[in-house]
Formats: sequence, structure tokens, C-alpha cells
Amino acid sequence: MNFDFLFGNFAELTVTGLAFGAIYALIALGYTMVYGVLQLINFAHSEVFMYGTFAALWTAMLLAGDGDVSTIKAIGILLVALVAAMAMSATVALVLERVAYRRLIQNNAPRLIALISAIGASFVLAEIMGLRDRIASWFGLEDTLRDYVGNARINRSMPTLIENKRLFPIGNYQVTMIDVIVILSAILMMIGLDQFVRRSRLGRGIRATAQDPETAALMGVNATRAVQMTFLLGGLMAGAAAFLYMLKIETTKFDVGFLLGVKAFTAAVLGGIGNLRGALVGGLVLGVAENWGSALFGSEWRDVVAFVLLVVILLFRPTGILGESLGKARA
Amino acid sequence: MLHTSRPKRAIVALIATAGLTLSACGTTDDGGSGGSTSGGSDGGAACDLTLAFFGPQTGPAAGLGEPIINGAQMAIDEYNADAECEVGFEKIDSQGSPDQAPSLATEAAGNDAIVGIVGPAFSGESAAAGPIFAEAGLPTISPSATNPALSENGWATFHRVLGNDATQGPAAARYIQDTVGATSVFVMDDASEYGAGLADIVKDDLGDLVVDTDTIQTGQTDFSASVTKVRSSKADAVFFGGYYAEAALIVRQLRSAGYEGKFVVADGVKDPGFLDGAKAAAEGTIITCPCIPAEDPAVAEFASSYEAAFGGAPGTYAAEAYDAASIFLDGIAEGIDNREDMLAFVNDYDQPGVTKQLTFDDKGEPADVHVYAYTVTGGEIVSDTEIE
Repeated sequence: MNFDFLFGNFAELTVTGLAFGAIYALIALGYTMVYGVLQLINFAHSEVFMYGTFAALWTAMLLAGDGDVSTIKAIGILLVALVAAMAMSATVALVLERVAYRRLIQNNAPRLIALISAIGASFVLAEIMGLRDRIASWFGLEDTLRDYVGNARINRSMPTLIENKRLFPIGNYQVTMIDVIVILSAILMMIGLDQFVRRSRLGRGIRATAQDPETAALMGVNATRAVQMTFLLGGLMAGAAAFLYMLKIETTKFDVGFLLGVKAFTAAVLGGIGNLRGALVGGLVLGVAENWGSALFGSEWRDVVAFVLLVVILLFRPTGILGESLGKARA
Repeated sequence: MLHTSRPKRAIVALIATAGLTLSACGTTDDGGSGGSTSGGSDGGAACDLTLAFFGPQTGPAAGLGEPIINGAQMAIDEYNADAECEVGFEKIDSQGSPDQAPSLATEAAGNDAIVGIVGPAFSGESAAAGPIFAEAGLPTISPSATNPALSENGWATFHRVLGNDATQGPAAARYIQDTVGATSVFVMDDASEYGAGLADIVKDDLGDLVVDTDTIQTGQTDFSASVTKVRSSKADAVFFGGYYAEAALIVRQLRSAGYEGKFVVADGVKDPGFLDGAKAAAEGTIITCPCIPAEDPAVAEFASSYEAAFGGAPGTYAAEAYDAASIFLDGIAEGIDNREDMLAFVNDYDQPGVTKQLTFDDKGEPADVHVYAYTVTGGEIVSDTEIE
């Protein structure tokens, strides 16, 4: 175990771990909200995220072209990419709810059926993206859209828009602008969502449905609407996560959602599934633990460390670190 | 329970859709029309025979499969152009995955029309499929699998037309030491049969020059912990044993974190996908490869007919695949129609090919081996020198 290395680079490992953990946390929100309301694990949420990364990528490619762009224009492009990613992810999440879940939920199908539907939807969504070149060729568009649909099964990268400046030192590490943007925007978005769910009328509807769907319906809450809203919010957060991911990693692929989805789901369970603040805590803890674990034991132990941590925490706190459910959260 | 019928139908429909989508990814098209030069048949050739490609046609490393398919396709098209009986070409899509390889290999072994395999393309799938081909007596010639241990298993059917990592590794180590002049090297690998095997050889050869090592996971996208390790080791150069998907992300993140040392990789990264993924960060990357450069005078003729057929310069291992297929086709031209005779024919083969003199030792290793260095310059992979 390499303690010298961990302590020698503690600041760098922690900051970069927090930055990636913030992305986990935003994705984890989608899992945790849907679970809170429907007691259903939406395994297709990873693809909701993946579509967001492509929306950000395509927007940046479309607007930036090949040439260098000025800083002002680059910031504008990034903002448009953020909106595009959130819109894309939200749309996919809503379609998913409509196609893969609504009938099952309305007919009170066993949760296992919905789970299988989710896994099926996840494959379909990922493969549609992975076969987008062939889909484009059905419509005779493969030449027009070559830059966007070509090389469908390999990594696609963002044009570099902004230089990753070093801002200020913590210990011996120069914190970069992207680290700061990612961590801050994830926390801001999380606070916004938390307040929305706690204070707004729609948020109250979501919480009421989570607590007891029948009673909520009797009190005039439209359950279908509340479920839709849950998917919409989860999709928006996944879209924001996708944008931040593209800002940090700059590269995506049709199956990028799988590993991140598993990690984000882990983060949701770690923090207490069904709990919004838990998702934030779980994501950040997981991101940092992965980096510290990689430093101590070597990067090949990254996942081992993450999942051992999960098991240990669940042994002592079976409901996760924060452990209360969405339904029980009070305004 | 009456109400469940509709959701059930929806699920069936969903599964059917998924099936259709997935099967769409398995369809094969027949590539280009091939060159027009003579393949040489003497009329005594057997009919209804098929050669098979075994490797990734889809999946994460599909980019490395395509030139191999094209190279073999070209040899077969040239042969078929004036043969009485056309030789078929079946593409077995393993997606480069060791998990899928055994069942696909069993299927290929059961198809008696297949007398030779061009592949398996990768080392991991070669290790998984090798025993099955050996059992079935189906000769294989890999144009690209470089793990040295593959020829040590006693599989009579195993051959390859390129130098293994026991030559590539030391050549890479020599290049890092002598040409790059690095005095401290960080060695990384991706824990794959190929990547870890190669990185171990490089590590052994560099000895004390290795300041630190790390192992990443395939599919990982955030390498911040590894980047921190590299930076804090203050190494002059990083060697990474693995494939292009991860290599592109690693070099991008290293450069973004301000690392300025040399990035050295091997043949698994020699793919346009690396340039596309790494963009400007790829510049200056050094790639070693036991594959002959397309500009080499020896392959000029091959390169021009490849370009005519497929509309681009030959990719990594296209010429090697052409050679591998040619060996089988020469056997078919001589009237061989079964695997046993084909195996004997391949073992005794000794003819000049496009890339080298094609002849195998008793383990199936090529007798004549070269390793070349390439660098990424101006957004392209340009051949540098042969590593002596």
C-alpha cells in the first residue's frame, strides 16, 4: 500500500475525485428519484445520460466547426450544448417513461417485469446509437451526416473549445477551471432540485406520490403527471451530468453509459436510494474513494475499493449513508 | 391477470425490436470488388471451400478488424477473379471478445467448408478460441495477435504472420532507451492478454529505468488517479500496453494535466480511432508495430490495389491479412480440399509474401520478423524507422 503517494498527492486526488464524483451524483439523482417514487430501478437511465453526451458533442461540432473560436463564442457554444444535452436527456427520459414503463405501472405489473423492460430499453437505446450510421443510411443521409453518425461504434471527441486553465493551488495541486466548474455546477443544480422538490407544488405532488400513490390521488395529485415529472427531472439532471462529463472527459461512445450507470447507481445506494441529498453524498464519496483506492492499491483496484466500501457501509447502515426516502423528506 | 396480456405483448415486441436491431449489427456486406490482378489457379482447385475471418467486425475495437477483413477480401477476390470455383469468405464477428470466441470457434469448427481461418485478430480471443481450433484441426493464421504465449500452447493449428510481443516489446524498450533517450519510464497496461503481456516485457527490458507502473481497466474513462501517478513520478516517457480507445483518453488527460513527456504505445493503438479520440493530444505519440509501413517499396503494389478497391490507404495489418489469406489460397489452388492437408501445406509453406518471407517454425511463429516505429505528426500516423 502506497501511503506516501496518497498523502503526497492528497489534494490532487481529492479534487479530481470530487469532480468525477459530482458527475456520478447528478446521474445518481435519476436513479434515486425514480426509485423513490416507483420503487423501480430505472436501468435505462444510463442511456438517458449517454444521449445527453451525444447532444452536447453534436452541438459543439455543429457550432464550432473545425476552426478556432473566440472565448466568448466558446462559452456561448458550451451554454447551447448544455441546453441541448438537458433537452435531449429529458426527451429520452420522457419517451422511456411513456414506452417502457407507463403501461406496466398503470396495470400494476410486478416490479420484476418493469426491470426487464428497463434492461431491454437500455439495450435498444444503446444499440440505436451504436448503429446510427446504418439508421442514417436508411434515409440516405449517411454522407450529409458523416461527421455526426460515422464511426458509430468508436469513441467520438469534442472539439477543444476552452483551455483548461489552472486557477489556484490547494497543497501541491493547481486546481483547474474545469474541476471548479464541474463541482460547483453539480452542487448548485443539486440544491436547486432539492429546493424544487421540497417547496414547489409539483415537488409536493412527487413526494406525495412517493409516500402513498393512492392517497395522493385521492387528494387530487395526478399520479401519471408526478411520475412524468420525476422522469423529466431525472433526465434534466442526467443531461447536465452529460454536459459536465463532455467538458471534463471530452469523449463519448454508444456504450459509455454502462459503466457510469453502474457507478451512479452505486452512488445512489451508497447515499441511501430514494434520497436526493444522499445521491450527492454518495456520488462525492464514491468519486473520492475511487481515487484514493486507486492511489493506495493501484488503478486496477479502483472498482474493488468502490464496491467493498459499498458493502461495508450497507453492513452498518443498510439504508445507505443518509438513508431516508424521498417520501419521508419534509419541507 | 387479464390485464397483463397487453404489457406482455409490449415486452415481446420490445424483445423482437431488440433482436432486429442486434441482428442488423450482425449483417455482413461483401466489401469492395477487389483488384484485377491474377490470383493464380491451375484448374485443379477444389470447390465449395470457404476461408473465414475471425475477429471484431463490430464492437469497441472494430476499427482494428476492418483493414484485416479488407486485406483478406482482396486476396480472395483476386483469386476468384480467374478461378473455376470461387472461394467463399465468411466473417465471424467476435467483437474482439474472449467471452464470445469459444462458441463462435465451435461453430466455425463444425462448418466443414471452412478450411482456414484468417485470425483470430486479438490475443485474448486467440487464447480462448485456440484449443477449439486445435481440436478440430482447423489451421489458423493470425495477421495481428501478438501475445508471445499463444504459440507456447502446443496447438498444431496456430500460426501468425507477424512478430510477437517478445520481439515487439524489446524493440519498444530499445526505442524508448536509445532513440527517445528516456531515463525514467512509467509503464501502464490495460490488464488484457495483449496489453499486460506486452507491458511486462517492456518492463523487464527497461529494468531500472521503470520508475512506477499502473494498471487501468478497459472501459474506464476517468484516469485522474493514473495521471496523478504519472505526474508525480516525473517520468520522461510513458509506455502504455493496450488498445486505442483507452490510449486516446489517457494521452488526452495526461496532456490536459500538463504532462510533457513522451507517450509510447504499440500496435493496438495504431488506428485512426486513436487520432480521432485524442485530437491534438495525439501529436508526437510514438507507436511501435510489427506491421510494414504502407510506404515501404515492398508493399507499394499492394497498397495501390488496396486503395483502388477500398478507397483508402491500407490500414494496420491489411497487408498481413492479405498474406495470411494468400497462403490458404495457394493451398486451395494446389487442390487441397480438407483441413488436414491444408495444415500440412501451411506448415511447409515457404514463399515471399507482401510483408515478409512467409514461413513458419514448428510453433507457428514467422521466421522473418521486423518491428517499425511510427509517430503521430500533423494529425497522421507517419512511419518513422525500422527498429533494429
